[in-house]
Amino acid sequence: MSARAIGFSFAQANGIIGGVIMVVVVAAALIGMMWTPYDPLRLDIMARLQGPSAAHWLGTDEFGRDVLSRLMSGARTSSWISLSTVLFATIGGTAIGVIAGFLRGWADRLMMVANDALLAFPGLLLALGIMAVFGASRNGIIIALGLAYMPTVVRVVRGVVLSIRELEYVEASRVMGNSEFVTMARHIVPNCIAPITVLATSLFGWVLLAESALSFLGLGVPPPAATWGNMLATGRPYIGQAPWLVIFPGLCISVTLLGINLLGDALRDRLDPRMRR
Amino acid sequence: MTTPATFNGAPSLLEVDRLTVRVGAEGPAVVEDLSFSLAAGEILALVGESGSGKTMAARAVLDLLPSPLVISAGRIGFDGVDLARLDPQALRRIRGARIGMVFQEPMVSLNPSMTIGRQMAEGLRLHKRLPASEIRARCLAMLERIRIADPERCLAAYPHEFSGGMRQRIMLASVMLLKPALLIADEPTTALDTLAQREVLQLMTELTRENGTAVLMISHDLGMVAHYAQRAVVMRQGRAVEIGDTQRVLLAPQDAYTRRLIDALPRRGAARAPAPSDQAPLLALQDVVVDYAGRRRLFSQGAGTRAVSGVSLTISVGETLALVGASGSGKTTLGRAIAGLVRPSGGEIRFRGRPIGSSAGRDGRAQRLNIQMIFQDPFSSLDPRMRVADIIEEPLRLLPDLSRRERKARAIEMLTDVGLEPQHAGRFPHQLSGGQRQRVAIARAIVRRPAFVVADEPVSALDMTVQKQILALFRRLQERYGFACLFVSHDLGAVEQVADRVAVMEGGRIVETGTRDEVFDRPQHSYTRALLDAAMLLDRSFGDADIRAGEERNLG
Repeated sequence: MSARAIGFSFAQANGIIGGVIMVVVVAAALIGMMWTPYDPLRLDIMARLQGPSAAHWLGTDEFGRDVLSRLMSGARTSSWISLSTVLFATIGGTAIGVIAGFLRGWADRLMMVANDALLAFPGLLLALGIMAVFGASRNGIIIALGLAYMPTVVRVVRGVVLSIRELEYVEASRVMGNSEFVTMARHIVPNCIAPITVLATSLFGWVLLAESALSFLGLGVPPPAATWGNMLATGRPYIGQAPWLVIFPGLCISVTLLGINLLGDALRDRLDPRMRR
Repeated sequence: MTTPATFNGAPSLLEVDRLTVRVGAEGPAVVEDLSFSLAAGEILALVGESGSGKTMAARAVLDLLPSPLVISAGRIGFDGVDLARLDPQALRRIRGARIGMVFQEPMVSLNPSMTIGRQMAEGLRLHKRLPASEIRARCLAMLERIRIADPERCLAAYPHEFSGGMRQRIMLASVMLLKPALLIADEPTTALDTLAQREVLQLMTELTRENGTAVLMISHDLGMVAHYAQRAVVMRQGRAVEIGDTQRVLLAPQDAYTRRLIDALPRRGAARAPAPSDQAPLLALQDVVVDYAGRRRLFSQGAGTRAVSGVSLTISVGETLALVGASGSGKTTLGRAIAGLVRPSGGEIRFRGRPIGSSAGRDGRAQRLNIQMIFQDPFSSLDPRMRVADIIEEPLRLLPDLSRRERKARAIEMLTDVGLEPQHAGRFPHQLSGGQRQRVAIARAIVRRPAFVVADEPVSALDMTVQKQILALFRRLQERYGFACLFVSHDLGAVEQVADRVAVMEGGRIVETGTRDEVFDRPQHSYTRALLDAAMLLDRSFGDADIRAGEERNLG
């Protein structure tokens, strides 16, 4: 009894921690839109590669730009890119996955062949190819990464749909006289939400990292605009003399990932009536 | 309870003394103060409904309790050692070698990725130092002993190639290979159909008798217990309410709860007046054939299987026809064909004289809506994300002339009709018990007042006392709303309680039909007779005279 009570409060605490982290990140991004300690783009060669100090809390980079200001303005770009990409991949992937899993037959097989062909490429490689078409811009990244991760969502969702559609409550809905569409919308899609939430939160992490990888390869958001990913990438050569250039963006990425994962788990439990007490 | 009595004065093999199992060290008790003893070679049954603690009591013997449960007090004496205080190392040497266990679900208790041969050999390899050839020889001998055709091939086969009954026999064989002194059988046949049940139990008694193995059998089925166990412990809410010789417990129960359990055993009620024969049948099946397509490959299609081959049936208005047969006989498929879930590949199903399925559009749909279905498993037939009121109300959404408020009112009315309280309306399915869930499923099926209901094994997942309540409810609702019913079941006890007529199915065909009393009292077909023999109804497992005499005394 007590074990369960403790376990429950743990879960709750996790959700709260995750929520607090995400509120801080979003607040930083919002504030960063209107005000930052320094102009994130202002060069100050005299003050380059300075360690954390009272003037520059988190130090300066190789051009003397204030790291804190750049992190704040990067928060907006990075979270906007990640969120849009995840939403794009999840919504698109869910739609395709549900339709494929529900239709079965040749339509399903056709979609799955195409999907598996896409899955066979590493996500980043695929994104690179798509980027080549759309060009290096914020929307280009969103489309490229969204398309690159969509096949994974399709696979997972289709699997969930296939297992749910065999359950008796789906048959009951059919016997009731509900059309296939109503059955799908009322009984199948809502019951897919838990695994999709879990997938979407981990996807968020992958996308944050993929965005920095793209920036690293010079295909991300073009400089001088800041994202956590390209800050990490451009700071790398200075890792010996100015470690704060990679430590702080890295910390931002990991803490945000932690926050989104904790929040995602809590959300999933919250959305599932079976987990509620 | 009193001091445990021994069997035939033999020294006891297993002695459980004041055993208490709790959820955590201080939590509520799942098993409380349980004492019983088991002599070598004896069969003892722990009887009770779900939640009575019978399974946990048996698992405690091998320290197989699921995580938060712990033995908080008591002694489990086995062969002079106290199992409750044995270290895990020593206990592992006893598990399998001295005490074997057979689980409830043959579908999941064998590892699907290992051949039968490897799984059978596992125990021998673990506990006995034997050369591989000797292990193989012993496995083959055992498979021959349990009358498996072609034991050589069986050793190389995987579990999915066998039926549930076969798997349970194989499971039993591999446990008995080690000749344990005690066998714990946790509802070993609950998941099987009547014929397979009897085979497995017969085999269990034979094998254990040959090896002098004692059996601790866990069951909710009093009929089965009466047939196989010498003594029984009746459990309720973790406590033993009655211990004694099976005959004594069943014929002269001392405890009120035991009496209630015995009353819940299926008894045949008076037959209802037959439906007037001059009326046109509500539902008529003519040479219905259902094939399942074979596995589709990229360019070809595997051979299909014929589940139903040429079935003709009629069901009158308000009548209940029970469709009886072993698993795999095609009875469920036939029910699903009537409900429109599978399309027959031949023949015709006519409802009120008009063929189902052919009249597309509004007309066909209106007909379909008049046929509803109740599913077997109340745990998967309700959408876990919907509240009870919404579940019951859902079928009404397709009736256009009901307003929202009328629908709500009707759903609540239906809720009370099936014996639930209005406060259940806001609950989710997982907050209800199995019986309550099945009540919700019944309410959902008849809220639209269908003329015909297909009930697919509606009570086989429920406890005996709950089964009885649900069957009584079903009968009551049928009298009130007058729907006809196809009652698909392998449980002859349930069939006896609700059916007007019975159709027996074997291998996709109907081999016998008749009124309930005709089929039960004068079965014509050999298969029907085998089914009836295998069904261990209480009044058949004792000399009939005993019970009849008892009942007459009660009446007189």
